Amino acid sequence: MHNHPENLSSTLEGAWVVAQREIKDQMRDWRILSPILIMTLIFPLLMNFTAEQAVEFVGRYGANIIGDRLIPFLLMVVGFFPISISLVIALESFVGERERLSLEPLLSTPLTDGQLYLGKMLASLLLPLLAAMLGIIVYLVGLFFRIDWIPPTQLLIQVILLTFAQAVVMVSGAVVISSQATSVRAANLLASFVIMPVSQLIIAESLIMFWGRYDILWLLVLALFLISLVLGRMGLHLFHREALLGREIDVLDLKWAFKHFKHEFVRGAANIKEWYRDLFLYSLRRIRTPILITMGILVVAYFIGFFAARRFSLPKEVLQFDQLDEVLGTGFAQMGLMSFRGWSWIFLTNLRALALATIFGIFTFGIVGELVLMLSIGIIGYFAGNLGLAGQEVGRILTALVLPHAILEIPAAIFIGAAILQLGMIFMSPSKGSTLGESWITALAEWARISIGLVIPLLIGAALLETFLTPQIALLLLTG
Amino acid sequence: MSHAPSCYNPQNIMTVLIETFDLSKTFGEFLAVDGVTLQVEAGEVLALLGPNGAGKTTTIRMLASILSPSRGWAKVAGFDVVREPIGVRSSIGMLTEHHGLYTRMKAKEYLAFFGRVYGLSDEQTERSSQELLKRLELEEGLSKRLGEFSKGMRQKLALARVMLHEPTILLLDEPTSAMDPSSAKIVRESIFRLRSSKRAIVVCTHNLMEAEILADRIAIIQNGKIIVHGTPEELKQKILGDPIMRVELTEPLNGIEPQLPARVKVLEYGSNWIRYDSSDPKEMNPVVIDMLSEQGFEIVTLSQVDRSLEEVYLRVVRNKIHDLEMD
Repeated sequence: MHNHPENLSSTLEGAWVVAQREIKDQMRDWRILSPILIMTLIFPLLMNFTAEQAVEFVGRYGANIIGDRLIPFLLMVVGFFPISISLVIALESFVGERERLSLEPLLSTPLTDGQLYLGKMLASLLLPLLAAMLGIIVYLVGLFFRIDWIPPTQLLIQVILLTFAQAVVMVSGAVVISSQATSVRAANLLASFVIMPVSQLIIAESLIMFWGRYDILWLLVLALFLISLVLGRMGLHLFHREALLGREIDVLDLKWAFKHFKHEFVRGAANIKEWYRDLFLYSLRRIRTPILITMGILVVAYFIGFFAARRFSLPKEVLQFDQLDEVLGTGFAQMGLMSFRGWSWIFLTNLRALALATIFGIFTFGIVGELVLMLSIGIIGYFAGNLGLAGQEVGRILTALVLPHAILEIPAAIFIGAAILQLGMIFMSPSKGSTLGESWITALAEWARISIGLVIPLLIGAALLETFLTPQIALLLLTG
Repeated sequence: MSHAPSCYNPQNIMTVLIETFDLSKTFGEFLAVDGVTLQVEAGEVLALLGPNGAGKTTTIRMLASILSPSRGWAKVAGFDVVREPIGVRSSIGMLTEHHGLYTRMKAKEYLAFFGRVYGLSDEQTERSSQELLKRLELEEGLSKRLGEFSKGMRQKLALARVMLHEPTILLLDEPTSAMDPSSAKIVRESIFRLRSSKRAIVVCTHNLMEAEILADRIAIIQNGKIIVHGTPEELKQKILGDPIMRVELTEPLNGIEPQLPARVKVLEYGSNWIRYDSSDPKEMNPVVIDMLSEQGFEIVTLSQVDRSLEEVYLRVVRNKIHDLEMD
């Protein structure tokens, strides 16, 4: 049966065998069954009562709109509560099995990693989702009989899809957590990394629902499915026999981490010359794909900014560069340019942006890191777009105000963007044969090498150019 | 890490069911298994002996395609452990050190689950389960949940799971560790039965007596390396030296030291016995008997002194004897 895992039906068949056993096991555990039954049968009726009372109460004061918005919100809540159990089931299924030492016999069978992963995902999702759907039905039937309310089809589809996507996100997140924990206790501690973002998500969904912008919910559904895909891929990557049995304890070994970081940072270089040679020949080659992606992203950012100018145009008066003769030099001086103070301000601002982009990038698979960089380039594009609309010479003005220091600043942005992307994406695809921790520290060392060896020197140079050279060129080109 | 050579001696495929070369595994900087090279033929039991953390379980896990080797290669039932993991895992039955049964299940349900995992039909699983449960004397526990099973019963059920799909190769980690003597005997009989049906069996154990009873060959592993391996007799000869003989006489020696052939070395004179060692007992024992008779001594018995595997094991592990490969 499982000798041909490349065959989809065979993969599903194997996964279903695993899932069936786990579901049967859940059905025998009162600690899982009782909350599901309560969430399915009692909680929706309570929500019915709440909805009825709230509608009646706000109706007394003519605030019917609050009631209208509250009912869909409660519909979402009724769907969400049962699926919250999927997180617990998933942690129990992935880490619990390992803790009870029943995983290894399963790993010695012909089941593939994918079949085990999929089977456990299905087992974690099916019962809570079934409970959520039953809960929604109970809630809707109750409402129909109590206040004759029927949900709009679009809303119902959105709530069902959101419920489904949230469950997949939580279970995928649980798998990622499980890969880093050797006990259910440790996994429960790590579960806050799932619970907190999901709570924020529910708050965001509530606000959108009270705002009545159901169209935005579609974007949220899409975003959640994308996150599920990313987490799912990450989970599949982390759920493999080697990692599952290789990890024995959860001790934070800072000494080892520092040693590994140092090793990856120095990479055996005997002197600075060797280190730089390795930086160019190894590190930059290693991040060539992220470099290309970042370049593409920055080009896109420029054009987004450029075309945004058509929609949000600046008044032409602020873009009169032909009247700059008297004010430009004074303006530069007031801004602190042409002085060491100006240089340090520019450099530190860029450094702060780099640090923020890195921190955000780490927690968002590199995405927000790239967005921070996109913002700067987008602003240049927007400025250029407005110049064009105002009938100014875009090339001359950009050459005067941006190009001299951008020659160094843009490569710095590309290199750091690529290193951040690599650092963020490492969670999704750790290096083969390495643990997630090892891969992450390696990527962090790579980021540090690129930052210290390339980006900071480029930013120092760019700030020098921006402080001392750009104003001169600007005065030369713009004041005639 | 390298793969097994694809050009294979067909004669080997027929008989050698497990073959490894320079099999090694590192975890970070820790070398858990270091250059293990071995062969196990059909109908042969190999015992892996070694202290805790010696690398026995890691070796077994590599043979089961659960861990991939960092260096070297292994072929199990003709399948490469890296390139053909599913072929490997379909051909083996692996008893893990911790059985980790599903405690809310019953025995038959448990076996039915693994039957489905191995792709057996319901009829095959039922037939095989019945037979194994009977053979391992587990029928009394059929109505109980596995959580209510004793340690020994759990171990027997885990063994039933391992044998359910009639694998060509069995990898057994401490198969009788938690068992009472009668259960252990049942398990040993099952292993003998499997050996006679031309299966290759690797047993990891601390139980030296069991290894001596079960194993055709023994490999002693320490710090990830196989230090010695061979048949129990070969190991004894190599590690403990020539066989020791004991001749018992009818009358006390009373301080007399009888003359023995020059090629035997007298180790000790007792009240009415003499111990000597001989590199070739078959040839020398008749000479010893003749010489003693000529000197007027009457012999009651002449026997080889028992030397345990434990003695071999302790000497190897304590002295860390290296480079004593038998083959």
